[in-house]
Amino acid sequence: MSKELIHLNNISKSFDGQMVLDELNLTIHENEFVTLLGPSGCGKTTTLRILGGFATPDTGSVVFDGQDITKLPPNLRPLNTVFQKYALFTHMNIAENIAFGLKIRKKSKDYIADKIRYALKLVNLEGYENRMPDSLSGGQQQRIAIARAIVNEPRVLLLDEPLGALDLKLRQEMQYELIRMKNELGITFVYVTHDQEEALTMSDTIVVMNQGYIQQIGSPESIYNEPENAFVADFIGDSNIISATMIEDKLVSILGTRFACVDTGFGHNKPVDVVIRPEDVELVAPTEGILTGVVSHLIFKGVHYEMEVMAGGFEWLVHSTALHPVGEKVGIRVDPYNIQIMNKPESEDEEAVAVDI
Amino acid sequence: MRNAVKKLYIALIFLFLYAPIATLMVLSFNASKTRAKWGGFTFKWYAQLVHNDDILRALGNTLLIALLSSVIATVIGTIACIAMNNMKKRTRTIMMGITNIPMLNADIVTGISLMLLFISFGFRFGLGTILLSHITFNIPYVILSVMPRMKQLNPSIYEAALDLGATPVAAFFRVVFPDLMPGILSGFLMAFTMSLDDFIITHFTKGAGVDTLSTKIYTEVRKGIKPEMYALSTIIFAAVLALLLLVNAAPEKREKN
Repeated sequence: MSKELIHLNNISKSFDGQMVLDELNLTIHENEFVTLLGPSGCGKTTTLRILGGFATPDTGSVVFDGQDITKLPPNLRPLNTVFQKYALFTHMNIAENIAFGLKIRKKSKDYIADKIRYALKLVNLEGYENRMPDSLSGGQQQRIAIARAIVNEPRVLLLDEPLGALDLKLRQEMQYELIRMKNELGITFVYVTHDQEEALTMSDTIVVMNQGYIQQIGSPESIYNEPENAFVADFIGDSNIISATMIEDKLVSILGTRFACVDTGFGHNKPVDVVIRPEDVELVAPTEGILTGVVSHLIFKGVHYEMEVMAGGFEWLVHSTALHPVGEKVGIRVDPYNIQIMNKPESEDEEAVAVDI
Repeated sequence: MRNAVKKLYIALIFLFLYAPIATLMVLSFNASKTRAKWGGFTFKWYAQLVHNDDILRALGNTLLIALLSSVIATVIGTIACIAMNNMKKRTRTIMMGITNIPMLNADIVTGISLMLLFISFGFRFGLGTILLSHITFNIPYVILSVMPRMKQLNPSIYEAALDLGATPVAAFFRVVFPDLMPGILSGFLMAFTMSLDDFIITHFTKGAGVDTLSTKIYTEVRKGIKPEMYALSTIIFAAVLALLLLVNAAPEKREKN
């Protein structure tokens, strides 16, 4: 892993007596694409604002490259922000918008002109210098906001749900653009979103947050495949989260039926939660399944069929390319590797709130 | 038929609204001294006006007070808006209510209360007291016109300017202020107009021997109506009209750009 760049140490923050962040600790590495992911009100934007200097933590410190910047105002921080609603200066044209930070730093005219050209090229909007922000589409305005931030050569770019206002197609395009820009610039991106797909697509590291706590930090793969608790499992993608009992190592009882799994170290006869992704539930002939059930719903989703199967008193969500009509009796099998065991939350603080996506 | 009735109705409304002013304007060009008959077209009264030192002094006072009071009220009102915008919703609503009351208050009440206030604090009546009163009644108009602009402001633009390295003061003047400008400008013009044509409050807060145009006209008219006064009133009407047109045109022009 590359060098550690930012440390958030024991950050707490409350607004009007309501705790938004509670003893948050986070390390961000150089040249990393970090995404803070969570539902609204989880503290992700507050974390970003503390990084940018727009909010001061009640306790804790922000350390940037070895230097404590907790009390440094935003205009003196070596970071730049791309705001949710673009925040372009409407009375200035595109070139003036991009030049804003450079003019304040009293750069030479030639340098500024070069930088504007370079930034517009980077965001694929060459020739837009003299346009006014109002005459640009949402996606173009967002690109300008990015250009305006990166000309200052920040070491870290903070992005606050920058794609939130764009339509689906444009959002997907911009995701690739952002990855490309990050690689071209070689700087750290800290990205805030509530969109799990965005997070999975772009990030090196995802920080899943809920109610002011970090639920899990990891690569997109580990977050998706090995969620540490029911909240993460539910928030990232669709999943079947079922109460179960860990009988012994590598053996779990789900809905009264024994399933082989690969997890160890949970103890004997201990209540746990299991997560099984809908694409990992295999539908087979009734005689071949570990559990048998009946298909109760069927929806065509394009790439696959989404089915609900009533089995063992639980409605299983199943994604499969094979069609099983409603009413058909099917068997359910799950590969041991695809059963993810999680500890039950121990306290109310840890209790994650289920969120419908 | 229906259309003709509609047009007639509109025509009547405008006739009632503007007939008195039109009469005044016509009479200001009447060569004859009596109102009863038309003695031919003349600029005589306007010429006499220009040579009347009392009136010119009153005009000077009016313009000075209008300009100073509207500039000062604009500064205070804009600062007040910034403060109110950062208040919690409840406090802001209460503050807006408090600032609105003086506008609804009858001028005569405002005038008398200001007069009593000046007396009890031992102020010497004169231009200073007129100026203070005009600033007082102008501030709410500035707030009324700046506040909506303030609310439309994208709060992120101030933070974006800070983020790009601007100090808080620079961020305000380079980014927030230009966005508020249409509101500030129309607030200033509105305050200027209000100050220009105020009579009642000025009447109660001016000292002896100090006059603005409106109080001067009032004294003159009590002595007997002279045609110069028609000319003067016409000029004031034209000036206020021009300002009002400016007030209305300023924000629209801005939007188009």
